[in-house]
Amino acid sequence: MPATGCSIRGFGGGASRVDRKAGGVFWLAVAWLALVATLAVSAAWWPLPAPDQIDWVRLTAKPGDGHLLGTDNLGRDIAARLLFGARVSLFVGLLAPCVGLLAGGLLGILAGFYRGTIDALIVVVIDTLLAFPRLVLLLVVAFVFGSSLFSLTLSLGIVIAPSVARIVRALTIRIAEREFILAARAAGASDAAIILREVLPNVLMPMLVYMLVMTGLVIVAEGSLGFLGLSVASPMPSWGGMIAEGRDVLAEHPHVSMIPATVMFLTVLAVNLIGDRMRGWLDVRESQL
Amino acid sequence: MREPLPLLVVDKLSVHLPCGDRIVRAIDEVSFTLQRGQTLALVGESGSGKSMLCRAIMGLVPGRALLPAPGRIVFAGQDLGALKASERAGLCGRRIGMVLQDPLSALNPVMKIGRQIAEPMRHHLGMSRDQARERSFELLRAVGIAQAETRIDCYPHQLSGGMRQRVVIAIALACEPQLLIADEPTTALDVTVQADILDLLARLQQERNMAMILVSHNLGVVAGRAHETAVMYAGRIVEQAPTDELFARMRMRYTRALFDAIPRLDDPAQAMLTAIGGQSPDLAALPDGCSFAPRCARAEARCSDQAPTLVSDGHARHRYACWFPCAVGANT
Amino acid sequence: MRFVGGKFLHLIVVILAVTALTFAMLDLLPASAAYAVAGANASAHDIAAIQEDLGLGDPALVRYGKWLAGVLRGDLGVSLVSGQPVAQAIVSHLPATVELVVLAQLFTLLVAVPVGLLSAWRVDSRFDRFCSTLGFGLTSIPSFALAMVLVYFLALKLKWFPAVGYAPLSAGVWPNLKSLFLPAVSLALVEWVILMRVLRSELIATLQEDFILLARAKGLPAWKILLQHALRPSLFGALTVFGLQVGNLIGGAVIVEQLFALPGVGRLLLAGIFAQDFAMVQGCVLLIAVAYVAINFLVDAGYGLLDPRVRRGGFARG
Repeated sequence: MPATGCSIRGFGGGASRVDRKAGGVFWLAVAWLALVATLAVSAAWWPLPAPDQIDWVRLTAKPGDGHLLGTDNLGRDIAARLLFGARVSLFVGLLAPCVGLLAGGLLGILAGFYRGTIDALIVVVIDTLLAFPRLVLLLVVAFVFGSSLFSLTLSLGIVIAPSVARIVRALTIRIAEREFILAARAAGASDAAIILREVLPNVLMPMLVYMLVMTGLVIVAEGSLGFLGLSVASPMPSWGGMIAEGRDVLAEHPHVSMIPATVMFLTVLAVNLIGDRMRGWLDVRESQL
Repeated sequence: MREPLPLLVVDKLSVHLPCGDRIVRAIDEVSFTLQRGQTLALVGESGSGKSMLCRAIMGLVPGRALLPAPGRIVFAGQDLGALKASERAGLCGRRIGMVLQDPLSALNPVMKIGRQIAEPMRHHLGMSRDQARERSFELLRAVGIAQAETRIDCYPHQLSGGMRQRVVIAIALACEPQLLIADEPTTALDVTVQADILDLLARLQQERNMAMILVSHNLGVVAGRAHETAVMYAGRIVEQAPTDELFARMRMRYTRALFDAIPRLDDPAQAMLTAIGGQSPDLAALPDGCSFAPRCARAEARCSDQAPTLVSDGHARHRYACWFPCAVGANT
Repeated sequence: MRFVGGKFLHLIVVILAVTALTFAMLDLLPASAAYAVAGANASAHDIAAIQEDLGLGDPALVRYGKWLAGVLRGDLGVSLVSGQPVAQAIVSHLPATVELVVLAQLFTLLVAVPVGLLSAWRVDSRFDRFCSTLGFGLTSIPSFALAMVLVYFLALKLKWFPAVGYAPLSAGVWPNLKSLFLPAVSLALVEWVILMRVLRSELIATLQEDFILLARAKGLPAWKILLQHALRPSLFGALTVFGLQVGNLIGGAVIVEQLFALPGVGRLLLAGIFAQDFAMVQGCVLLIAVAYVAINFLVDAGYGLLDPRVRRGGFARG
């Protein structure tokens, strides 16, 4: 007899995440990211046509037809454009969260540590920026700062900053109430010393994990901007731009859009998988976000 | 004279909870019977398995729990283990009612109490909305809630703790169950309200000729309110007797320790409560011998080698599980 | 009453701050609006005249004040590019956006709520794991890439739906729904995951509550326990997320609107930004801010409907 009354299941189990068990998948994700990064760095050294070189004979060529992954509607080599586009995605994906962390982290720590008027002011700023639809903010900022790689990174970083600031502020408030801060204060340490030695290390670890989550978001956001033609200027390839360019020939030559879309999906998926796994390790609960 | 068919027979019931690669023996071969109209008290420290036993009878054990053979629960002649889930659920709330420990969390905070009381009647008895509402008034009056007409449209947070427990009791009584399981019904309440609720339960039980399982960690609560008392430790019943008999002749040192832990207002000299030394054992790694041995002042080598089984005292159905029981009438 | 008043004040401040911020940002734009109006070949003299005309010579704060005064009179100004009144342009672009939001969120709810309920009821079941994994994958696909996959298969290959374009309601309900189906689905495919996750984790917490145990002790069937007892107290987080999603879609669904050539507010805003049409951008941002604030207000009111304790003001959550 199996059981007297095991009829209703599902109660009592905690919220266990599927992804935590995925050890093999995790290493696959790491391997994929490593591959993309290596190819991005070595993009110029591969025996591929230049990303903006036009092959007039073979427009929208299928993969393998003289070009490894085919050509787009302007006859440019998709493989080469993917490698150079990876530079943009990875550059932005790695640096924009840093910008966001720097700006948002500074505001958040100041607000959470000093409270009072500074806090109130910063919170109003944060709330206003969050009330602003993200994409609108992104569009305006991208437009204001123009379309170089550098300004793109900066604008994406600025867009991230308010949500970072909010999390850092919450973390700082919690940390500032702990005994070791009181002890440091009692020992006569200056505010700057307390922030650098006590608060910063405690805020940094959870934030580094959150940065990985943001990397995924930023790669998607860059793609969205590229799709709208607001990412890096035209001859320089970006994955979002490549997907957008394939739109006109989607019916006859789907590979022009689908290849970059797949690469982008795999990359974002890899970043998300790693971020989720790291979050599990550090037990950064979503409730803190 | 042959005893009448008991309402509830629990026979060698075990509940095992797999926990990682270990198995927690929450209930270990517990047996007892309960006659119609009688009250059985289950007493023990927290973690001794009382609540799990109640939930096992209701069929509400956690989904991963195992109930190994040959454990059986027979209610009114029916083996509950042989029933389908839907049939089992048909008993809950219909023929078996349950009162939970904390009335503050036992009521749905976003549902008016009238609907919560009417729910089992509408589900099991097929009453119309109006019929169920009429019955709810009666029930509220029966459990001693004044102004039932206005209270019925209150949300739980608008009522006091004692009143909420009365509502929970009203819900349990809604379908006139034959068995009421009251799991620490007064633990979460103010001391001043506790006696009221216990008296209410006793009165309702007599009026309706229900059987009742009254769970408490406090031996004092069950004195005078239960026909029979079973003392639980580490998932087992370690001593069981008619309540008067138990109080007159405690054979287990654990029972005595529980007795000594009753707060007594009449004895200021003993204002310091006697806590039981040591900790409840790890239910996933029970010792070979008596599970209470590590905490027992009189334990000897045999106690930690061999587990004592329930044996009859030979006196008024008194059973206990101890190699070296307290001498009858002795005070230590 | 004081609480409501304070809330209202806060919302007004947010609207003011958002619009002022837009003003400040537009002021930073590299080329001035006068160039946009005059065209590429205008002389310096022409530009000065136009600047005078548009009141662009005034300091930003003065211009903001004038604009606000206009808004209070119901006048959002005139498009610098087309000369069309901004309010009129927005009203003509609202139907597509509103329909898209309603349809997308309807799909989101239709998937997220049942999946959330079933996943929470049987945590770690095969169904739960499948949905979690699927959701993880879906949230890793950029919405425009997902939309293009849908277009390729459902519109170009199977020809079930039009690939682009918007059929207004006046063209008939069926063509209208068909034109909005793919855009709404490509939004909902990502949104349901987020809503489902919040709902699932809150439901799991609720199902541990004593009152659920009591509901089971009443002998109620599973569906009644889930729908009548567990769902309502578990909707707080989901309501918040739902509000945010609706807020983000009004004016934020630019990409989907652009991809499917829907005449929505997002595209109007995008066109405004490209053309440096100050008045149009200001008008759209105002609409978005007001919508955000109104939704916030509704969500707060929704908490009260969900939980009687909030109504009495003695209980605050979040």
